[in-house]
Amino acid sequence: MGNVIGIGAAPKRKEDQRFLTGRGNYVADIKRPGMTAGVFVRSPHGHAVIRGINKSAALAAPGVVAVLTGDDVAADKLGSLPCGWGITDAKGVPMKEPPYPMLAQGKVRFVGDIVAFVVAETPEQASAAAELLTVDYEVLPSVVGVLDAVGPGAPQLFDDVPNNICCDWELGDKAAVETAFKKAAHVAKLSLVNNRLIGNPMEPRAAIAEYEPGTDRYTLWTTSQFPHVVRFLMGALVLNIPQHKLRVVAPDVGGGFGVKQFHYGEEAVITWAAKRVRRPIKWVASRSEGYVSDRHGRDHVTEAELALDETGKFLAFRVKTLANMGGYLSTFGPNIPTNLYGPLLGGVYTTPAIYCNVKVVFTNTVPVDAYRGAGRPEATFVLERIVDVAAAEMGIDRVEIRRRNMIPKEAYPYQTPVLVQYDSGDPVGCLDGALVAADVKNFGARKAASASRGKFRGLGYSTYVEACGLAPSRFAGRLGARGGLYESATVRVHPTGQVTVLIGTHNHGQGHETTFAQIVSDRLGVAFENVDIVFGDTDRVQFGMGTYGSRSLVVGGAALSKAADKVIVKGKKIAAHLLEAAEVDIQFEAGKFSVAGTDRTKTFEEIAGAAYVPHDYPLEVLEPGLEEQAYYDPVNFTYPGGCHIAEVEVDPETGTVTLVNYTAVDDVGTVINPMIVEGQLHGGIVQGVGQALYENAVYDEGSGQLLSGSLMDYCMPRADHLPMMTVATHSTLCTHTPMGVKGCGEVGTIGSPAAVINAVVDALSHLGVTHVDMPATPNRIWRLLQNASLPVAAE
Amino acid sequence: MKPFAYHQPGQIPEAAKLLISVEDAKILAGGMTLLPTLKQRLANPPALIDLSKLGNLKGITDEGATITIGAMTPHAVVAASKLVQTKLPALAALASMIGDPAVRNRGTIGGSVANNDPAADYPAGVLGLGATVITSTREITADKFFRGLFETALEPNEIITAIRFPLPLKAGYAKFKAPASRYALVGVFVAKFADGVRVAVTGAGPGVFRVPPMEAALSQNFDPSAIAAIKIDTDGLTSDIHAEADYRAHLVTVMAKRAVDAALT
Ligand SMILES: Cc1cc2nc3c(=O)[nH]c(=O)nc-3n(C[C@H](O)[C@H](O)[C@H](O)COP(=O)(O)OP(=O)(O)OC[C@H]3O[C@@H](n4cnc5c(N)ncnc54)[C@H](O)[C@@H]3O)c2cc1C
Repeated sequence: MGNVIGIGAAPKRKEDQRFLTGRGNYVADIKRPGMTAGVFVRSPHGHAVIRGINKSAALAAPGVVAVLTGDDVAADKLGSLPCGWGITDAKGVPMKEPPYPMLAQGKVRFVGDIVAFVVAETPEQASAAAELLTVDYEVLPSVVGVLDAVGPGAPQLFDDVPNNICCDWELGDKAAVETAFKKAAHVAKLSLVNNRLIGNPMEPRAAIAEYEPGTDRYTLWTTSQFPHVVRFLMGALVLNIPQHKLRVVAPDVGGGFGVKQFHYGEEAVITWAAKRVRRPIKWVASRSEGYVSDRHGRDHVTEAELALDETGKFLAFRVKTLANMGGYLSTFGPNIPTNLYGPLLGGVYTTPAIYCNVKVVFTNTVPVDAYRGAGRPEATFVLERIVDVAAAEMGIDRVEIRRRNMIPKEAYPYQTPVLVQYDSGDPVGCLDGALVAADVKNFGARKAASASRGKFRGLGYSTYVEACGLAPSRFAGRLGARGGLYESATVRVHPTGQVTVLIGTHNHGQGHETTFAQIVSDRLGVAFENVDIVFGDTDRVQFGMGTYGSRSLVVGGAALSKAADKVIVKGKKIAAHLLEAAEVDIQFEAGKFSVAGTDRTKTFEEIAGAAYVPHDYPLEVLEPGLEEQAYYDPVNFTYPGGCHIAEVEVDPETGTVTLVNYTAVDDVGTVINPMIVEGQLHGGIVQGVGQALYENAVYDEGSGQLLSGSLMDYCMPRADHLPMMTVATHSTLCTHTPMGVKGCGEVGTIGSPAAVINAVVDALSHLGVTHVDMPATPNRIWRLLQNASLPVAAE
Repeated sequence: MKPFAYHQPGQIPEAAKLLISVEDAKILAGGMTLLPTLKQRLANPPALIDLSKLGNLKGITDEGATITIGAMTPHAVVAASKLVQTKLPALAALASMIGDPAVRNRGTIGGSVANNDPAADYPAGVLGLGATVITSTREITADKFFRGLFETALEPNEIITAIRFPLPLKAGYAKFKAPASRYALVGVFVAKFADGVRVAVTGAGPGVFRVPPMEAALSQNFDPSAIAAIKIDTDGLTSDIHAEADYRAHLVTVMAKRAVDAALT
């Protein structure tokens, strides 16, 4: 028998056995009898009227089974792709919510917008037929940037959305902020761009749909982070399929980062088409297709102002942002730059007054939605950048100005002026830990060494907090969520004492099969190897909201912990009967039920056996079986945070920025598996470094073509871009989650961009550089140095 | 990918004949450039003529004053060749900087030179060294071979069989990798011969080109300082989302200095 491997241990990941030996089961691996192939025909234009579509040549092509367009969708009276959040402006007016048809109707609004679906016997035949479809477009001018989109004379995407503004959202006490600015000794100002990103999960999106006429049931296999939500949104709101007739399966999924946490038109089209053709259909996106159809992230243009008193204390913070939504509202779209952005602008500081205005804007680009961090990296970047600007302008050390404004550990719980209340934290402790771990003391010597080689060295800080564990349903509902944000778990104890967990979150790289098994092993005292975690199938798992927003452990793990508690409660009742003791006298510890103060015990296995072979069992008061379910809805967000310190070296001759050291000391609450937390931190930091130095989605003005539409043009961070990182935790326990956990999936991505850019600016500050937009590419740095006041000499 | 006929001839004349007999037939070498275009349905040749069974196209020979590399020799073999490392280390270094291990194991010198991608590395080496391209029908000097964006002197039915490199006194290659593709954003090959210096630039423009003012300056004084002040005209240089023309022009000087440095160490 194996061992208990509990909370705090670092076993190797259970799931890696199958992944590393090529035995994963991804959507693209699945074959169904009689399966056909589907190909989506996408708009080659950023903005155009569809005058007509001629299907005849495509229909006549060899092997073609069906060709479907927006007219077929309209004829079947199908619903629009729903948005899960309805935000309102300052006056309470709801956001503009134009329909998002699953196949374009009348107009296309971005390159990649789906125009038709071609089904054929083979993928090659479907691709060949797709090329024969003739679409008569009247091409219109495109608008791709937010500043242009709200400007006079801009192309209008929707007739009833003036100036392309979906919502003019605000948060905070505008008057209090204005008053504070009047009293300020200093006002720091900063204009910045938060660059558009493309998630690029390793596995491209894919789907298979099948309809069984005998039972009138549909099955959709899809690369999703939240199959139950897809079942609800697609079944109830788009295709009118009763929930009990629809099964959604998200098997092994090769990375998501948010890209797979939306209900996509492709899912609805393929499910609808499968019934029409009465055969299973498979679609697997190519990488190029992913670039123009996977939801993008970020894309803000922001102006920020920070008011300070003469000692550098923050008095008020004012932020105005234009946020790009792309061509339509995606599942979480309008929630990201508003509710997940404004409430984070307090950071770890005691700023008493904050006002934030966000104009959410439509453009002829791929819809923008959540991407790892989602709103919080953008907020952190604005705040942590302007703190550096203020420090430089006022001649205060960057660490010192942060210290002066940080919320002291004793002040928690801390109510910010922007809705959220932090339950716990220790920003000063994280900062102090990071200063030591990063050997800041000796930075001067390292800088001098770089200078002797003609290189500029810089150090950058980011002391940040985020809100995750999405989310308290009541709170989210007030902010505009149209669904709940709880999680569910079932602990199924088998007659032999092994355990199957059925949980509503979805594992696509995070190591849930390991972490959750550790929780059960810890709680129930069963061997780690005797616990399996099941997820990703609406026919097997009761319900779930899925995995995103660092919620799996915080919300799903909490549900699991509650369900395990219920198993113990029931187990005690059974034990009390079998041991002829009062229930209150039964103790459960290390996998054994015992009568307090005696040596009478029953093992967990014995109790499980008795539950299913109830020969001597309290049937009068207890049902047989040992399986418990819990739903958990958090009372608050969790607030992980920490301090990240980046150290860079700039080659002034070429403008190349090299990240030479990276240190992160994070408060993620209780750590279940330190190896997995470290891995999440590493991955998250790399994605943030990617945003800061390499990644950039670039559209051509006017035509709306995506210029960075391949891995040859969109630069993902690679192993040789990165130094070995120093990652540590300095945890305070969350006061309201069952295990004290806070979540760690996004912290790396949230903390790192500001740290890296602050380091780049520091390296160049002697030349008068005060800000660098992301990504800090060699060309951009070289250009800055060309324009900088001092000559650049480096031989 | 659309269907195509596949031929694997054993002799060069047979390959050349096939190439003429099927209109739009394409030579397949390592496939690193050709296959992605087929997969994306950008090219749809009716037939592929695979050169991999032409054994005499693979390998490196030492002729004393020259080295000849067979067209089908993969980049990894050139990079690891003791002969090239000893007699022409700059070329071994260039080959080792191409793409990633998979690309270097499949991609060939003949394919790279025939394709003449404006950001490929080999064209800089071939032009910088004044090498000779040997084909199924003739020999073409590097100066005559490269004709700008994906254009070469090759006739439609001509097959590159080998490249012959003269041995310089000193040579160096410096590459500034495009961050995403890792092709050359700017790559400069510098070679010093008894009768003068050649400087060839890839990545910066629509095709590989030489820089006469740098060649003249380095022929006088083979030292980075000799060219530090030489600026390249931005006219005709490439401007795209990765780098603007004036930045590329600046990098030519920087990389040329570094190539000279590499040649001197
Ligand atoms: C991910 C990736 C990264 C890369 N990075 C780099 C890089 O950093 N630097 C770089 O220089 N290159 C790079 N390449 C290109 C690589 O070097 C290719 O191998 C090369 O350009 C083509 O060689 P091949 O043997 O694969 O030719 P193929 O793809 O087989 O053929 C290319 C073209 O040349 C023709 N052809 C091939 N052989 C001959 C011949 N003997 N005679 C006449 N015509 C011929 C073919 O018909 C075809 O048109 C990269 C490629 C990839 C996929």
